[in-house]
Amino acid sequence: MRWVRPALAAAGLAVALWLPNGLYPAVAVEILCWVLFAVAVDLLLGYTGLLSFGHAAFWGTSAYVTGLVAIGSGWPFPLAVLAGALAAAALALPIGYLAVKRTGIYFAMVTLAFAQMVYYIANEWRSVTRGENGLQDVPRTLGGLDLSDAYWFYYAALPLVLLGVLAAWRIVHSPFGRVLVAVRDNPARARALGYPVHRYKLLAFVLSAFLAGLGGGLFAMAHRFVSLDTLHWTTSGKAVIIVVLGGIGTLWGGAVGSALVVRLEDWLAFSGFEQVGLVTGAVFVLTVLLFRRGIWGSLAQLAARLPKRQG
Amino acid sequence: MTGFLQNTFNGLVSGAFLALLALGLAVIFGMLRVVNFAHGTVYMLGAFGAYVLLDSAGLPFWWALLIVPVVLGVGGMVLERAFIHRLTRLDPLYNFLLTFGLALILQDLVKWRYGVQSTPYATPSGLDGTLDLGLFDFPAYRVFVLGFAVAACVAVWLVLARTRVGVVVRAATERPDLTRALGIDVGRWITPVFGFGVALAGLAGVLAAPMRAVNPLMGSDLIIVVFAVVVIGGLGSVFGSVAAAFAIGLVQAWGEAYASHWPIVAQITVFVVMAAVLLWRPTGLFGREEMAA
Repeated sequence: MRWVRPALAAAGLAVALWLPNGLYPAVAVEILCWVLFAVAVDLLLGYTGLLSFGHAAFWGTSAYVTGLVAIGSGWPFPLAVLAGALAAAALALPIGYLAVKRTGIYFAMVTLAFAQMVYYIANEWRSVTRGENGLQDVPRTLGGLDLSDAYWFYYAALPLVLLGVLAAWRIVHSPFGRVLVAVRDNPARARALGYPVHRYKLLAFVLSAFLAGLGGGLFAMAHRFVSLDTLHWTTSGKAVIIVVLGGIGTLWGGAVGSALVVRLEDWLAFSGFEQVGLVTGAVFVLTVLLFRRGIWGSLAQLAARLPKRQG
Repeated sequence: MTGFLQNTFNGLVSGAFLALLALGLAVIFGMLRVVNFAHGTVYMLGAFGAYVLLDSAGLPFWWALLIVPVVLGVGGMVLERAFIHRLTRLDPLYNFLLTFGLALILQDLVKWRYGVQSTPYATPSGLDGTLDLGLFDFPAYRVFVLGFAVAACVAVWLVLARTRVGVVVRAATERPDLTRALGIDVGRWITPVFGFGVALAGLAGVLAAPMRAVNPLMGSDLIIVVFAVVVIGGLGSVFGSVAAAFAIGLVQAWGEAYASHWPIVAQITVFVVMAAVLLWRPTGLFGREEMAA
């Protein structure tokens, strides 16, 4: 059915445009940031078969660089975010070069370990990261516009997020993306066909880090504050939870998962229940045990079955 | 010279903790192909178990050393049967993710009940003094931990190398299909081996209680160092994991002592070593290619 994709895209856009009217704008902005992070992680996990458990390194590095650039230069916020994302991509180059030497579980452990190294460095480099205090009062400017209100900031940030998601969509549907899927499904065959598998994986890793960096930069802007939490490994874990809950290998799933997890955490925070990890951990265990395709994956599977039943 | 020996000794003691954890991780991985993300959480539970036994039942350290690993090992076997078993046919990533979720749950349960403050745990009586071995005074408890961990590593190695169970475990680790074809019931050993690996992590936790602050987060950062250690040693190799653990313990202790004005050195050395090993030998120092999945 040819109309399904455009219809879904239109519906998605409509929801994105409406979101801050239905939710607290600050929560809506938070969802936007995590959508980018989830899409970045899924680009690797879903389409290249690489589980990065260290993407907080890129999200957090970009958050710090974005914050420092914005504080130091007063540039319009999209430029500061772009600077952050570029820094994340630059950091991903050496880490990715070493990490793609391993696959599967090893890859996850290696990325996790390097991310922890970045965390320790940020923790010690207090003259830049301000240690426990974090970067405070990150300015949020765009020309003469007043973006202090989260409602208007949402609409200012939305184009950046849409661009990022569109870029991810273009990547997975390009010949390059097809090669990534081939590498995921059968690396030996891809190598035999003459594709430099490591180089493809590395490029995917850097692109993914760039997208995660866009999200991290926006996150810094959204909170106007950057803390060490952005670099902690639980942040990487949260991104993976969102992807698995939404559906691995479905870019839409990232959006659905982000909305649900951010909303859930917001609700928990309001209810005064502090053990967020207890709930997200339980959601994660149940998803992995019973619901491996995730929400979007299950829906897509259901939709694929329907016409057959009618016929 | 005395200072150097003292730092070396402390390095071996922290290496002993890493070795016990890496050993459990390696045994579990070898048999089940599961990287247990909750391993650090079990270590934390071990330390808390010792604290709870003392606090609420008045049971001293020696009882904890016996009871806690057994209880955690049985708990691990239940978890294996209830959850991990269901995912063995799938991509190993799913079990990695499952144990990550379990780690979050267990850690938050402990935080919920006991808060995030560190709880002191007294050094067991009889081991609270120092031993004079000529060169300098060794804290008796640390000597005990080091000896205990080395004995545990040797015992595990002897079991793997010399007993019938060890033969099955090693065979199933390398060629599960062929082992099964020879009529050996591999499945029968999976749950006990998982329980054993978990018990080792719990044991490390009990041993840590008198030396390190007991708190809900004590395992979560350590586990990442253990991951780096097994990448260095080669996850398929029990010997490699243990050797790398002691080496990293030593390097960290020396870093702490001789770069004390720059604490970052001790913290990130393990990751720098890991990067170097990945460049030079991606399968780890003692790893074999077929274990690299």
